[in-house]
Amino acid sequence: MELKQLYREIVNEHNLHPVNRGKIEDADLVLRGVNPSCGDDITLYMKLDGDVIKAASYDGSGCAISQASVDMMVDQILGKNKEEAIKLAGTFMGMIKGEITDEESIEALDEAAALQDVAHMPARVKCAVLGWHTMQEMLEHPEKAQENK
Amino acid sequence: MGSLQDFRKDFDILNSGDYVYFDNAATSQRPRQVLDAVTNFYKTTNANPLRGLYDWSMGATEAYENARSTVADFIGASRAEEIIFTRNTTESLNLVAYSYGMENVHEGDEIVVTVMEHHSNLLPWQMVAKKNGAKLVFLEPDEEGVITKEEYESKITDKTKIVAVGHVSNVFGITNPVKEIAEYAHSKGAIMVVDGAQSTPHMSVDVQAIGADFFALSGHKMLAPMGIGALYGRYELLEKMQPFLTGGEMIEYVTRTDATYAEIPHKFEAGTVNAGDAVGLAAAIEYIKSVGFDKIEEQELKLTKLIMEGLAKLPYIKVYGSKDYRKHCGIVTFTMEGVHPHDMSSVLNDDHVCIRAGHHCAQPLMQFIGAGSTARASVYFYNTEEEVAVFLDKLSKVREVMGYGA
Ligand SMILES: Cc1ncc(COP(=O)(O)O)c(C=O)c1O
Repeated sequence: MELKQLYREIVNEHNLHPVNRGKIEDADLVLRGVNPSCGDDITLYMKLDGDVIKAASYDGSGCAISQASVDMMVDQILGKNKEEAIKLAGTFMGMIKGEITDEESIEALDEAAALQDVAHMPARVKCAVLGWHTMQEMLEHPEKAQENK
Repeated sequence: MGSLQDFRKDFDILNSGDYVYFDNAATSQRPRQVLDAVTNFYKTTNANPLRGLYDWSMGATEAYENARSTVADFIGASRAEEIIFTRNTTESLNLVAYSYGMENVHEGDEIVVTVMEHHSNLLPWQMVAKKNGAKLVFLEPDEEGVITKEEYESKITDKTKIVAVGHVSNVFGITNPVKEIAEYAHSKGAIMVVDGAQSTPHMSVDVQAIGADFFALSGHKMLAPMGIGALYGRYELLEKMQPFLTGGEMIEYVTRTDATYAEIPHKFEAGTVNAGDAVGLAAAIEYIKSVGFDKIEEQELKLTKLIMEGLAKLPYIKVYGSKDYRKHCGIVTFTMEGVHPHDMSSVLNDDHVCIRAGHHCAQPLMQFIGAGSTARASVYFYNTEEEVAVFLDKLSKVREVMGYGA
């Protein structure tokens, strides 16, 4: 997909009309993710029920690709357990880096798979993975994500 | 006349496709004459300069030292030894910070910079201040981007040891009153460091008239290759300074435990020098002279005026710095409501328009103007009115791509 089409068909909707934007006041995990070079800056909130992601949201600011990507990500991880969410993050980042290309793996990402073409836009890779990277960090190192609360 | 079009023909990259290159403040393009000069050096007289006693090495030394004289002459140094070749402005400023700053700034002293400095003229001073227990003091511009007399006279004091100011801001494009600031700094016993990275490509510079004690420049922003820059330092100051890097080429005599250093400028040029690119820098200077700063300025003003008039017609665009197009030195920094600069730049890239987006290595300034990130279009003399028209046309379509109305 070429860039303008990607914006028009996928990114704009989530960027301009996000469904998962907001703050969870009584979140169990809170973690900030920043791309220092471009200024994308998000905070991810998560509530857990045992191992299962019961609620998640984000706020912050950044380019449309970073914001749309995190909005789509939250859709994908709700109701999943930690392990599944971490695995999805690995798939997403692998796809964006162009290391994972088989359709079966990518299908697991559902709508987030639409960002696959960012793999051909090296300048925007960091934007697309920010949310996923932050989520992975949060689940793998919950101690970091509790200090921030 | 009308020869700017002829000059443009010397830049193969500009004629290689339909790209509009408006990121000249980041780095300029290079004309064939500069590339040829570098190639010719390697083809005809390459050997390690300053070392050999044979023709080629002496030829390389001569080419290198001639380049030094060309730079000295270009910025009005009183003697060639006052020019030290470096890789770029960043290295030049680090040299001053380490070799002058670390020795001459003490606990309780102050270093004055502006909030619009490029990180290259900020981080070296942060380091000196932290290590030596000195204080960094920031000059702040008014809404038009101007550092006023009241501002610098209230912040430069008897405690000030170094004042370090960008000659032209890489974000606002404004020319700072470096001559006036230098005069005041000297009256308080401080030395004046000028970051000339953005001024040297666009205006005739006279370091002595400015009263700069140190002046840094980057070749790559003024048609020369990447990897060659220069530092001007006042002779008396350089003479007293310790070397920045040590090793070959910068010595007088070495024993197992000790060394005496070569005379300036060689004291500050440790290791094999970048003679090939120094020759390229000299060729770039000759090229700029052949175009002429009057023509360069005329064209930049014409283009900047068109850009700012065009942007003013787009109600969702906010331009930073002066409202006067004559005070932009070819640099126009702006934001678009609802569209992140990175998205803007990516969409424009799809239309083969190259502009910069981000913090421009001036994060304290971004914080000061309350923008996380901005877009910047910067022109040079080889850009054209047609390119401005393409830029404005493509820019006016970005918001539609980003989902705002039709
Ligand atoms: C005002 C200013 N100072 C310093 C620099 C650093 O130059 P360089 O990266 O060539 O060292 C730049 C350019 O990036 C600049 O615009």
